[in-house]
Amino acid sequence: MLVTTALVFVFFVAPNDASDLGFAQRIFYFHVSIAFTAYACFAGGAWNALRHLWKRDPRADLESYVCIHQGLIFGTLVLLTGSIWAKIAWGKWWIWSEDELVLFLVLYLFYCAYFMLRFSVDDGPQRANLSAVYALFGVVLIPVSFAAIRLAKAYFHPEVFTLHGPNFGGSILVTYCIVQAAMLVLGYTLYRLELGAKLLDVRLRRLREVLA
Amino acid sequence: MLTTRRLGKRYGEKRVLRKIDLDLPRGGFLVVTGPNGSGKTTLLRICAGLAQPTEGKIERAATRAQVGYLGHEPLVYRELTALENLELYGRLYRLPERRERIGMLLERFGLWEARHERVVSYSRGMTQRLALCRLLLHEPELLVLDEPYSALDEAGAELLDAQLSELSGERTFLLSTHDPARVDPLASDRLALAV
Amino acid sequence: MSYVRDVGALARKDLLLELRARDTLPAMLLFVAAVFVVFHFALPGTPSRLETSGLLWVAILFTALLGLGRAFVPEREQRTFDGLVLAPCDRSAIWLAKSLATLAFLAAAEVVALPLYALFFHRVGGATVAAVFLADLGICGVGTFLGAMAVATRARDLLLPLLFLPLAMPIVVGAVGASVVDSPGRYLGFLALYDLLFAVVCWASFEYVVAE
Repeated sequence: MLVTTALVFVFFVAPNDASDLGFAQRIFYFHVSIAFTAYACFAGGAWNALRHLWKRDPRADLESYVCIHQGLIFGTLVLLTGSIWAKIAWGKWWIWSEDELVLFLVLYLFYCAYFMLRFSVDDGPQRANLSAVYALFGVVLIPVSFAAIRLAKAYFHPEVFTLHGPNFGGSILVTYCIVQAAMLVLGYTLYRLELGAKLLDVRLRRLREVLA
Repeated sequence: MLTTRRLGKRYGEKRVLRKIDLDLPRGGFLVVTGPNGSGKTTLLRICAGLAQPTEGKIERAATRAQVGYLGHEPLVYRELTALENLELYGRLYRLPERRERIGMLLERFGLWEARHERVVSYSRGMTQRLALCRLLLHEPELLVLDEPYSALDEAGAELLDAQLSELSGERTFLLSTHDPARVDPLASDRLALAV
Repeated sequence: MSYVRDVGALARKDLLLELRARDTLPAMLLFVAAVFVVFHFALPGTPSRLETSGLLWVAILFTALLGLGRAFVPEREQRTFDGLVLAPCDRSAIWLAKSLATLAFLAAAEVVALPLYALFFHRVGGATVAAVFLADLGICGVGTFLGAMAVATRARDLLLPLLFLPLAMPIVVGAVGASVVDSPGRYLGFLALYDLLFAVVCWASFEYVVAE
């Protein structure tokens, strides 16, 4: 039910307000709010990872994994919407001068490696520990990479230039906030759904084990 | 010395141990038996502090420096000599009179002559005897031995017998074996695990 | 104080093992020389200082990866992890000692690689040497940590570059920046910050990588 609510918000409210701003700007709303949701997912993943290391709670490990999985899904969308935006705004499918896009490429690679790591260890405390530690590296990497990308610009493009995001004001801000809220709700709903399914799966297997 | 309550361990969805209650007093000698796959090694690893239980509680009245563990692996570097291996562990355990202690143990387990040879050139029995030196090096209070007789020849086994009887009563032992008759005179308690 | 002695004992063991086996350092030396030759043929014309300094860093990074992949091989193959984990020393000493040993190999490889680079391509400046030093600290610290994670998985050597390269991106930025711009202070500072930040993270969380 929450999913439908979120979708209704995104598809009815956002286009209404954005209709006079052009297509490129509309993508921008989605792009930024999806990116923010992905950050929230990664942060949630790291927070649950920390909880796991602290309390050795297997459920926290699962929650961390589901958070990062959602983060990766939203991260894919960031790259897609970013790429479309780049095509519309600059006529190219990829531009290296867009900080957030490059950062998400690095994070995308990082969190794909997280999944490789996770699927390469057997279920058990070691897998939970290694995943948790790597997830913690992730939240350290986000600001460090961001700073690095900013620094790299100085030697790629000595003439300092900034990209002009739209000036936030009035209806734009309202739309952005609504899209952002909708995206967060959507992200959270998907997270609950996946977590619920995973927990059900665990319970089912335990039940089967008891019956066997 | 060691108490466990409803101890359980699962690796993901696989359960390897369930509801183990142990009471091992100081100076006790617990013999754990059971077929392969009954969780002997897992239980011993938990008791030695190498693994964490997923259910239940464990209380150990010994610090990490007071635990000695002998597993299926000798835990020595094959590319180093016997002396170098024991030197490393002696440093890590911060033994005050490292050289003397190492020399005495090597002598007792018949490895003194071979002390400058790399472990890779040792026979299986010699490697296991070196593992015993490593185990006893820091004079542990709680000794966890996982099938210690498995790689030893008769002479080595007799050496181990002598060591065990010398230390039993004074130190606390947790030993798993397929041949309980061998340690029967020393055992104060027995635990049989089932698959 | 006893922490330093533990690290000393462990690092001594790693150097001794390398002295016996003699497989890591010669491989790193040959590799870095071969990479330079390949680069010469991969770069048509006379490459600028900017281009070759990028290549220098690619060469250093991959040479380091070669050594890092070997870092925990003795522990894995001779199954001695349990022995180190059982010892009463702080587990982070295992990481620190291994990092120092790897640092020694990487530094030895670079003592040959940098003059070779100067001979084949361009002069090496003081800023580059400083960047090499600071980058080495980060590469060895983070790389050794990830190496310990990778040997615990089924994929092993395959996984290390995947885990490491996204995390190494900021190092490359700092290092290349310091090698090519006129005032490298900012980049060197960034490298030092990276080293410090990740050293703390590695130091605090290594326990969870080796112990349950």
